[in-house]
Amino acid sequence: MTDTAISSPSAASGSPAPKSQRPTIRFRGRSFLALMLSPEAPLDIWLEELSSLIDRSPGFFGARAVILDVSNLDLDREGLADLLARLNERRIQVMGIEGAKESWLGPGFPPLVRGGKQVNEVDIPAPREEAPAAAKPRAESAPPAPAPEPANTAHNAAPIAIAEETIRPSLLVDRPVRSGQSIVYPQGDVTIIGSIASGAEVIAGGSIHVYGALRGRALAGCAGHASARIFCGKLEAELVAIDGLYKTAEVLDSQFHGQAVQLWLEGDAIKIAPLN
Amino acid sequence: MTKVLVVTSGKGGVGKTTSTAALGAALAQSGQSVVVIDFDVGLRNLDLVMGAERRVVYDLINVVQGEAKLAQALIRDKRVETLSLLPASQTRDKDALTEEGVDRVIDELRSKFDWVICDSPAGIERGPTLAMRHADIAVVVTNPEVSSVRDSDRIIGVLDSKTLKAERGERVDKHLLLTRYDPVRAERGEMLKVEDVLEILSIPLIGIIPESDEVLRASNLGTPVTISNPTSAPARAYLDAARRLRGETVEMTIPSDKRGLFNKLFGRRAA
Repeated sequence: MTDTAISSPSAASGSPAPKSQRPTIRFRGRSFLALMLSPEAPLDIWLEELSSLIDRSPGFFGARAVILDVSNLDLDREGLADLLARLNERRIQVMGIEGAKESWLGPGFPPLVRGGKQVNEVDIPAPREEAPAAAKPRAESAPPAPAPEPANTAHNAAPIAIAEETIRPSLLVDRPVRSGQSIVYPQGDVTIIGSIASGAEVIAGGSIHVYGALRGRALAGCAGHASARIFCGKLEAELVAIDGLYKTAEVLDSQFHGQAVQLWLEGDAIKIAPLN
Repeated sequence: MTKVLVVTSGKGGVGKTTSTAALGAALAQSGQSVVVIDFDVGLRNLDLVMGAERRVVYDLINVVQGEAKLAQALIRDKRVETLSLLPASQTRDKDALTEEGVDRVIDELRSKFDWVICDSPAGIERGPTLAMRHADIAVVVTNPEVSSVRDSDRIIGVLDSKTLKAERGERVDKHLLLTRYDPVRAERGEMLKVEDVLEILSIPLIGIIPESDEVLRASNLGTPVTISNPTSAPARAYLDAARRLRGETVEMTIPSDKRGLFNKLFGRRAA
């Protein structure tokens, strides 16, 4: 998961260019976790199974980026168009195709992609008991989910398990995070020596450690890492989130206000305990 | 070695212009040569607070655009001769300020003065970032009130990213100037206490200016408070802050205009 910004040298000075100059166009790279669909022959049976999965968990494909892998299938251009149409009927929007011949694709087709990185399989809702849980929103209050990953928004029940890497990188910030600043580090943990001010936010793929006061927003486990935690020297947060599940200051247990605490996820609930 | 100082806050109406005038005058009163620059193009005020509004011929924009020489635009103060003002334009807008033009003006002022004090407009956009661009030192003016504190926090972040010093990997020296402070009301919980503000902003304190009618009176007279009434509480606070800016160690106090019962009863009538 990388987030890089490339800009032309005129933007390097940090101030907006005067009117007379040509505007600067910024390009940003951003990676999202995509769901890979690999249909198998016979297609009719595969699609039937897919329909029953969607019935069990209506929001499953909702906000997900989907890549279609057709390398297992013996298709031609018409067959591919037909498959896309049948997926479309099931409200699955394909954003890229892998394993197809370039000559099959043209205007109206999703682009060809290759070179994705393998991560663990996504948990698929079980046939029975999880169906109601899937429909239940994960967030405990109404505002839109602040998680930066569209694949992991509030109404999305299925957690995405990511392979535990043996060495997870971490980011050390040795100054306060000021209001309006945003630190985004989807690769791993973030440690702040200082405070996160009101109106500032820290978004980490792993855990967030704040040695000062947490007054702004802390979003841990943003890439679907449910075991991420948030630690802070003083809890005065505007919002905390772990793995897309969040709580605003209003619903945070006030008995922990101003205390040194840790926050973690237990099922669908954010738990808080003092650090002592 | 010339110091370029920006007086900034993010939020408007917290006392940037008043503090620029008072600190500039206080430094000049101690014998340093000082120029104060109004960066609030289109909404200039510093000339009024300095009492120089009737003497403005050329302004910062004229100099930036090469229509006037710096010496033509500088207005020397009539009360303190080491104090000068470079006014803003009231008729132009901030787009008339160019980075190169500001660079040239500040470089030229650096060779002429001990202190170059830039009065920043409110906000975090182009005007404020141009005002802080060359700063070695920043005085962050904050009222003991939550929205002012949050905006100050924001501007501190901008100081750490959009100044020339930040671009060179150095840090601007940042100091907190707490204005309109009332110890009694802070004690009652009606405004933030000094330690609350310091804890949130975590930058060193350069002075606490008590809430005082004297400040408004000085502004309306067009005389910086350190000149109009140097023994008043806010003037003493600004004079102390200026000494700290020069590197002196001065014990931090909140000056007050304590008056006896007699003065309280009759002082108003006598004034």
